Amino acid sequence: MKPTASFYYITLSLWVCLLFAANLLAGAVDIPATEVIRILCGEAPAKAGWGFIVWESRVPQAVTALLCGASLSVCGLLLQTVFSNPLADASILGISSGASLGVALVLLAGGGSMAGGALAWSGFLSVIAGAFIGSVMVMGLILFLSTLIRNSVMLLIIGIMIGYVTSSAISLLNFFATAEGVHSFVIWGLGNFSGISLRQLPLFTAVIVIGLAAAVLLIKPLNALLLGPRYAENLGINLQRTRHLLLLTTGWLTAVTTAFCGPIAFIGLAVPHIARLLTGTSNHNTLLPVTLLAGSATALMCNLICLLPGEWGVIPLNAVTPLLGAPVILYVIIRQRKLHYFN
Amino acid sequence: MNTPTAIIEGKQLSIGYTTGRHRHIVHEELCFRLLPGELTCLLGANGSGKSTLLRTLAAAQSPLSGQLELLGKPISAYSERERSRHIGVVLTDKTQTGGLSVYDLVALGRQPHTGFFGRLRAADHQKVEQALAAVGIADKAWCYTAELSDGERQKAMIAKALVQECPLILLDEPTAFLDVVSRIEIMHLLHRLAAEEHRAILLSTHDIDLALVLADRLWLLRKEKGMQCGVTEDLILSGALDQLFPHPDILFDRMHGVYSPAVKGRRSIRLRAADETLLHWTQNALNRHHFLCLPYDKEGSDHLPLLEVWSPCRLELHTVNGFRSFTSFESLLEHAGHFATDV
Repeated sequence: MKPTASFYYITLSLWVCLLFAANLLAGAVDIPATEVIRILCGEAPAKAGWGFIVWESRVPQAVTALLCGASLSVCGLLLQTVFSNPLADASILGISSGASLGVALVLLAGGGSMAGGALAWSGFLSVIAGAFIGSVMVMGLILFLSTLIRNSVMLLIIGIMIGYVTSSAISLLNFFATAEGVHSFVIWGLGNFSGISLRQLPLFTAVIVIGLAAAVLLIKPLNALLLGPRYAENLGINLQRTRHLLLLTTGWLTAVTTAFCGPIAFIGLAVPHIARLLTGTSNHNTLLPVTLLAGSATALMCNLICLLPGEWGVIPLNAVTPLLGAPVILYVIIRQRKLHYFN
Repeated sequence: MNTPTAIIEGKQLSIGYTTGRHRHIVHEELCFRLLPGELTCLLGANGSGKSTLLRTLAAAQSPLSGQLELLGKPISAYSERERSRHIGVVLTDKTQTGGLSVYDLVALGRQPHTGFFGRLRAADHQKVEQALAAVGIADKAWCYTAELSDGERQKAMIAKALVQECPLILLDEPTAFLDVVSRIEIMHLLHRLAAEEHRAILLSTHDIDLALVLADRLWLLRKEKGMQCGVTEDLILSGALDQLFPHPDILFDRMHGVYSPAVKGRRSIRLRAADETLLHWTQNALNRHHFLCLPYDKEGSDHLPLLEVWSPCRLELHTVNGFRSFTSFESLLEHAGHFATDV
């Protein structure tokens, strides 16, 4: 007998808390744990720089990882259900490439800079707008094609093609861009959770929480969609509206995370599978919250691994996520017959 | 006595598709009604418009003209949600419910009745359990849907339609891809449910033999020739089934309710058998060997050979050349070439 859903909620929440704490304690600069706790309690740090490091770097980074992990994973889950495809996620379907192109247009053509995450307010908004328009356009295109092309493998191939086209467009933009623009775009493309300052954090949190809340509100139609569009329609689901809401939600979450943290691969693809393996169900009532928590835990874990070299520097995020994600996907593909989830 | 109110009624209904400005009419002037407590089978060749009719009845596509009334009210006057409480469907679509328990799958049918998050109340749970018991898969409630046999999965989908609590249930070829036992079980189940739960059930099928046994009414759909509706026996005995498949070499056997290829008899033989069963199967064997069988006492046929079958191991053949006895159909048919009289 499988443990109940609340068992997973509690265990995963504990893991998230643990990893969150570990993220606060670890970093390039060695700060004793007691000091970190004292700083977080609002007391004066023993060294002047430490307070800044904890408040301006570690806290925003941990919160960003927590929120981005959750939103990338939830996006992956929504897309896998909507496209009835275990390999769907924002990066494979080209949605994050769309967001990248939007960002590239802003950073490279606009000549903006994102160095050190200290983006000017207007630049900051235009990056989000670029990412949002890019991702929603690709998502809309794919949803439109999905009504014409029933074969989901073909749809994935189209997503991959869109990815190629956008990356060639980005290369062209790179060619004409300033050195500074190219640099900040390359750094952005490596992916990291440190792009958000404490001042930007409340807005970022609000934006992500809105997206996640929208996903939670879609649980009922998502479950109906497991039966396929015609059954869902018969259960009183307005397909058109549901598709649009899903498009907006995933576009929104992908755009925001991609704009701030770069195109992060594999978390969105792998975490829903981890959640299915854990809970043993495709029922979104439990799957969605577990995916959300597992996504946060995974992202915090990845960020922790990035920080491992300590004072030697930080490993790019996109070098770590495939190491965690790829084995999960391989496992799911190899055991496909046994796992039932997409039969 | 009052005639019972029809669940659904079509008057001068035209069905078909509109693509752009072009209207493709599949059927015109259809008149029909479905009554509660009756199982109706929709029969017709492939391409005769069965699916179009079912989709129109399920309100998944609108009629081109004419009236379609659900419980005395135009079907277009119902909201999606109201409709989902009145019409339940079982389709042949591929689903991705393998990772759901059978219980969760059936519970999806409660969606038209549950709240925004689809939470199940005690009454909902009770209805799901009743439906699982009614279709006979209560013991499989906590299995994965992927672990069910095809027949059991079909039963689960029927249970889903039951918990929707719709007065009208439409099934698109529910017995396709099933083995004989499951076919009979499913048809029998539907017949029982129609009567016990007082619902109107319409199903399309190619299992004509089963339909003739269990359907209260038949709808015979012929390409470009409209639809004939009526009680099964009325239709059989009026010869309506003879013209269902407009193919010169396919004949309907009213006696046994089966379609068979026309006998291209090159030779004739008189036949007499101890009982109906022997007569039928002897005729079957002889027809297959291109004999036309005549009654033994048919006038003016004394010159033809006469076969008398007293039991499966006592077959006596009288020809102009004399008398011969056979102990099996095998030995009889081996000599089939020798006792022929060409006509």
